[in-house]
Amino acid sequence: MLGKLTLSAIPYHEPIVMGAVGMMALGALAVVALLTYFSRWRWLWSEWLTSVDHKNIGIMYIILAALMLLRGFADAIMMRTQLALASGGGAGYLPPEHYDQIFTAHGVIMIFFMAMPFIIGLMNLVVPLQIGARDVAFPFLNNLSFWLTASGAILVNISLGVGEFARTGWLAYPPLSGLAYSPGVGVDYYIWSLQISGLGTLLAGVNMIVTILQMRAPGMTLFRMPIFTWTALCSNILIVAAFPVLTVALALLGLDRYVGTHFFTNDAGGNAMMYINLIWIWGHPEVYILVLPVFGVFSEIVSTFSTKRLFGYHAMVWATVCITILSFIVWLHHFFTMGSGANVNAFFGITTMIISVPTGVKVFNWLFTMYRGRVRMETPILWTIGFIVTFVIGGMTGVLLAVPGADFVLHNSLFLIAHFHNVIIGGVLWGCFAGFTYWFPKATGIKLDERLGRYAFWCWFVGFYLAFMPLYVLGFMGMTRRLNHSDNPLWQPYLYVAAIGALVILCGIVFQVLQVLVSIRDREKNRDLTGDPWGGRTLEWAMASPPPFYNFSETPRVTDIDAYWDMKAKGLKPRTEGFAPIHMPSNTPTGVVVGGFSIVLGFALVWHIWWMVGLGLAGMVLSAIIHSWFDHHGYEVPADVVARTEAENARRAAAGTAMQEA
Amino acid sequence: MKHRLASAARASLSLVLLPWLAGCQEGVLDPKGPIGMAERSLILTATWLMLLVVVPVILMTLAFAWRYRASNRRARYEPNWDHSGKIEAVVWAIPCCIIAVLAVITWKSTHELDPYKRIEADVPPINVDVVALDWKWLFIYPDLGIASVNEMAMPVNTPVHFRITSGTVMNAFFIPQLGSQIYAMAGMATQLSLLAHEAGTYRGMSANYSGAGFSDMKFNAIASDRAAFDAWVEKVRAQGAPLDVPEYEQLSRPTERAPVSYYSQVRPDLFSAILRHSAPGGMMDQHMAASPAARQTAMRTGRESGAPHAGHGAATAKE
Repeated sequence: MLGKLTLSAIPYHEPIVMGAVGMMALGALAVVALLTYFSRWRWLWSEWLTSVDHKNIGIMYIILAALMLLRGFADAIMMRTQLALASGGGAGYLPPEHYDQIFTAHGVIMIFFMAMPFIIGLMNLVVPLQIGARDVAFPFLNNLSFWLTASGAILVNISLGVGEFARTGWLAYPPLSGLAYSPGVGVDYYIWSLQISGLGTLLAGVNMIVTILQMRAPGMTLFRMPIFTWTALCSNILIVAAFPVLTVALALLGLDRYVGTHFFTNDAGGNAMMYINLIWIWGHPEVYILVLPVFGVFSEIVSTFSTKRLFGYHAMVWATVCITILSFIVWLHHFFTMGSGANVNAFFGITTMIISVPTGVKVFNWLFTMYRGRVRMETPILWTIGFIVTFVIGGMTGVLLAVPGADFVLHNSLFLIAHFHNVIIGGVLWGCFAGFTYWFPKATGIKLDERLGRYAFWCWFVGFYLAFMPLYVLGFMGMTRRLNHSDNPLWQPYLYVAAIGALVILCGIVFQVLQVLVSIRDREKNRDLTGDPWGGRTLEWAMASPPPFYNFSETPRVTDIDAYWDMKAKGLKPRTEGFAPIHMPSNTPTGVVVGGFSIVLGFALVWHIWWMVGLGLAGMVLSAIIHSWFDHHGYEVPADVVARTEAENARRAAAGTAMQEA
Repeated sequence: MKHRLASAARASLSLVLLPWLAGCQEGVLDPKGPIGMAERSLILTATWLMLLVVVPVILMTLAFAWRYRASNRRARYEPNWDHSGKIEAVVWAIPCCIIAVLAVITWKSTHELDPYKRIEADVPPINVDVVALDWKWLFIYPDLGIASVNEMAMPVNTPVHFRITSGTVMNAFFIPQLGSQIYAMAGMATQLSLLAHEAGTYRGMSANYSGAGFSDMKFNAIASDRAAFDAWVEKVRAQGAPLDVPEYEQLSRPTERAPVSYYSQVRPDLFSAILRHSAPGGMMDQHMAASPAARQTAMRTGRESGAPHAGHGAATAKE
């Protein structure tokens, strides 16, 4: 009846796991209690969960990312303390069967359920505003994409309390991830959570491409698109091109595990090298899926806070396009040590290095944007400067790893770990934080507390160097990745420093949580009344903060890259009368329902509960069919509602401007 | 004053460099053979070359941010200056030049350091067949008829030619102080040539995560003079138990922290048998031999069983 699921699947005997489950349960209970106490359930359902508004969906993506950041960081700090304690020949406190799940979960959660939702959330929130659109091209699909991503995240977290997670490393290389060597349900949780969320990501990619290509305001040619929109376009093209490869690789692995095929097994003609090629044909573009949008974020910020046009806009666009294309011909650099011939290795090494040329151009362009500018040192630009300094170091170690001869001794070592955390923390994550700080007032109408933001930045900056520079050294000392314990006394001091670094980063995270709480507490003081708190240049600043649900009361006309700056310079004032009615899409519960059934489906597949598989699948398909029976014509916002909203916003903006001048 | 500044600079420099210098001990920056030395010098060359751009970029970032800070009203401010052909040419040209130089270095060094390439020496190489097991290393000396677990020996200044496979999941064979690592994969043999030109005991390990016992999947690589090596061989012969298929099946069962052990009278075709039957229990299972699946496996890996220690052409990892 319940397949492989029995009561013994719940790890009662693991105090650490039970503690973590308890914490999560308490957190969930607190949320439920608060919602009930303030009777906010209806509000949650109709304003958020079923919302098709791209801004709300973007915010929900970012909330998901923030929660998963906490989960992934908890894993990280457990790993660092384990290695610090177990470096002198001791066993530490995490035995391999637990520790190996932790490093797998850390990687999976940070990439798929922290970085991806954060990036997609920022794109969702900002891109339609930047291009002058009312919403994305397919608002319901957008809601569904979010729920599929969230369902994947929920499935991963269920594995903590019911069963186990994979003990394979975040890419689940076979044959280790095959049935012969991983007979438990961990890899199945891995496969199905990524398949479900991957579907969501793919749909989000299609949606965003269509939105950018079809829904730009009149006058916004491709070469007048804000640079963040450009990078979002390239990133989503990569999503659409690369994610199906991941789906296929995981599907073949799933077939090996569920129906006994031999794509990647040791016997009967299987070959794991095929999987490793496929997973990196997705995996390398994935790196650029994450980093291209944050290049866009930094470009917007560096231009806004330097109070100056972005230097070399065209070069920036072409560099982005170059990276997009090149990212598909470098995947083999992840396994130079697999025995390919020298010609093959050298080819992929050199293509990898070539990517550093357009990336280098971007760095110089940011520098020359600050040059002859007026750089206002607020937290978004602090993250940006911290990023440039850190990212070029990560880029350098990356190019070093691209030299096959160097990679032969650095591959699989902590040097590699240091390198990719250097670019992912110093690049992707800080870019997300910069974007978070930059667009927080737009999304919520409240500016984040500046002082706590600075504290958070410095903790992250210092903590990063403390945590990861020792890892570079340890890599040179021959320490390999994914070790549970070691007995080399020379490594010990470096592991201590790295653990201290993780604690400093923890302080940074605490400051960030405080920053959000304090800013909301002091919201009256931090209110962004004008809608343009930073002296913005692009269209998202042309409206109130938070924007009205219909975004633009009338479609803007664009004549310059910095469309809003151009409007301000020409002294164009927003319309105050003669509004037309606005047509908007209606909310729908279908996304939540399909997402819920996808959790049922994934859970049932993991535990081989076949009747429940049927239920989950039928639920997903039927919900979609039933959704399609109804007409979804949306609704009309009457002109007088628009007029009233705009008048109110104009009044607030005038008050805000008066306050600024006073 | 000037003197004090200089000594302070020296002190802070050594504070920065000290951890890095300590990093030279026992690791890949402290190589004991020509492969490792070539790789170290490659790392250093590439790093210096890249620092030529990286250091100025970091300094420019900090300098521009400081010089053009909003409160510095004396700095030139040109809000609409967004293009300069000269600067754009330079910022494309500099990375291009560096990468061009590095590409040439990469092409040459990748061919020179190809793990499959034999090391030229006056003495004939020692052949060692390596099998990664859960979670230990089996070293077979096919020409000497001996084998050992979690310990291997080699004479100094003599090339060692490894053929590497796995009796289990993927691993990576790595002796950091001697140089290159390479994957160990079931059903396939990868190759690696290393040489130690200094006597010593070097740490060896699996560099690719392979399951619960991975952290202790370590071995010692003992490089010594010819006499000590011969003595080691004799010791293995004297102490070793025979290694046949049942014994190998026993050995290949998962164990953690396996002690060093020795084998004599190793079946000469053991390594190719392992290559053909890498699945768990594959060798013992007699009916497997008649099944289509097993035949298919035999066909696929048949090539290398007939060509022991052939050149690059036998690179089965490229099938």
